[in-house]
Amino acid sequence: MNISLMVNGEQVEADVLPRTHLVDFLREQLGLTGTHLGCEHGVCGACTLRLDGVIVRGCLVLAVQADGGVVETIEGLSDSGEIADLQAAFIARNALQCGFCTPAMLIAAQDLLQHGGVPSREAIREHLSGNYCRCTGYQAIVDAVETTAQAREASR
Amino acid sequence: MPAWLDGAACLPTSDGNEKGERRVKAAAFDYVRASSVADAWALLARHGAGAKLLAGGQSLLPALNLRLSAPDILIDISRIEALRGVTVSPHSVRIGALTRHADLLASPEIAAHAPLLCRAVAEVAHPAIRSRGTIGGSLANADPAAELPACTLALDARLHVEGPGGARVIASRDFFTGLFETALHPNEILVAIEIDRQPASVCGFAELARRSGDYAIVGLAAHGAIAAGVWTELRLGYFSVGTRATLATHAAGVLTGGGTLLEAAAALEHDLQPHDDLQASSATRQHLARVLLRRVVAEMESAA
Ligand SMILES: Cc1cc2nc3c(=O)[nH]c(=O)nc-3n(C[C@H](O)[C@H](O)[C@H](O)COP(=O)(O)OP(=O)(O)OC[C@H]3O[C@@H](n4cnc5c(N)ncnc54)[C@H](O)[C@@H]3O)c2cc1C
Ligand code: FES
Ligand code: FES
Repeated sequence: MNISLMVNGEQVEADVLPRTHLVDFLREQLGLTGTHLGCEHGVCGACTLRLDGVIVRGCLVLAVQADGGVVETIEGLSDSGEIADLQAAFIARNALQCGFCTPAMLIAAQDLLQHGGVPSREAIREHLSGNYCRCTGYQAIVDAVETTAQAREASR
Repeated sequence: MPAWLDGAACLPTSDGNEKGERRVKAAAFDYVRASSVADAWALLARHGAGAKLLAGGQSLLPALNLRLSAPDILIDISRIEALRGVTVSPHSVRIGALTRHADLLASPEIAAHAPLLCRAVAEVAHPAIRSRGTIGGSLANADPAAELPACTLALDARLHVEGPGGARVIASRDFFTGLFETALHPNEILVAIEIDRQPASVCGFAELARRSGDYAIVGLAAHGAIAAGVWTELRLGYFSVGTRATLATHAAGVLTGGGTLLEAAAALEHDLQPHDDLQASSATRQHLARVLLRRVVAEMESAA
């Protein structure tokens, strides 16, 4: 099936099989490998990306369902500088080790931070509860998100 | 190859392809988009038993990826705008079947007229799943551990379904017929959920889960009314206590009959036949159901 969608600001036309999910399409047909695949059935969150402005599980959206949509991946969010401060905080706080969960974790965290204010640590944990990290133990991730929220609030 | 990788061949495989790669991929299927409810029936009629409706995909796509289900064709109803949104009329609130979990959570109308749904949907999965999953999909899927079916029982909701044979309204208590089974006929579509506005009512909700966003081990969605310290109406919708969401009518009857909370908790054994699984035994679930009853009823009594 032919689909037409916006990926990281660029218009893309492609031919996809109905069963191809959005992450396989991004990784294999567009070479955008920043979005990862862990479980492929909705549990781990490694595939989190933005579709039409909201975060989704990329493994639970078919590429054909994204026809006409606007997709933003970690590549797009990195290039635009939208999350540069959050990425720096992740490094400063050691909030990544192997890095497998990190692109999705950044996108999920940015989804929370976009609402503004300084969320409680509990609210941060709740928002990230669908994103598994097998390395860090989460503490450093919550630290990085919290410091970014505080810094953004202070500079407003 | 490092020694620990030798075991990789024993990892679960849903699709061992020719190269022996481990993959979690759906079998091939066709895909078609329905532009209206009538169009969806026509497509269902044309494709028969091999067709499946696709709404948010948050239960269906995991099942396809794990090859628990292998339809020939998916009929995508998610773009039928007429099925999405909340409408408030003088006596009731109507929720389109394609209204997403995130829409419910953000809706001031739901917060005002059906706060139980707000409470419950906050416990459904995670933000990136709530952004696509729909109330209609959750009810049609009829997972016994899901929150929303139990809420429709507590709220005594009416489910509007439409099929080639016409439209009909099914009471929530008649809708959930078994494990992942509903009263929907194969070519019928759930179009809306309607709830009476009950201004003088109270609701309560609690669930026990291992981690935030997980399906509950046991949960309770309750709705009722208290006048002068006496329960005049009460519905207790339990979930994750057996094959389907269940109304605890005996326990509720004890409370509306002026009985004590302790007596109501004892009556639960006539209402629930919880299942055993890896998370909890039937006896543990029965115990937790009593714990939740005490918590939820106490909360509702102090709020009333
Ligand atoms: C990791 C994970 C955790 C989850 N945790 C929870 C949880 O804690 N609690 C919970 O309740 N749910 C949970 N869910 C499921 C989620 O709520 C789904 O959104 C919901 O169960 C199905 O809604 P959907 O719109 O995605 O339906 P789909 O997946 O599109 O469809 C589900 C089924 O319903 C049928 N269907 C859909 N819409 C209609 C309709 N209008 N008329 C007739 N048939 C229809 C489909 O054909 C299909 O058989 C979880 C999902 C995942 C992946
Ligand atoms: S790969 Fe999508 S949730 Fe695990
Ligand atoms: S850093 Fe390794 S999984 Fe999170």
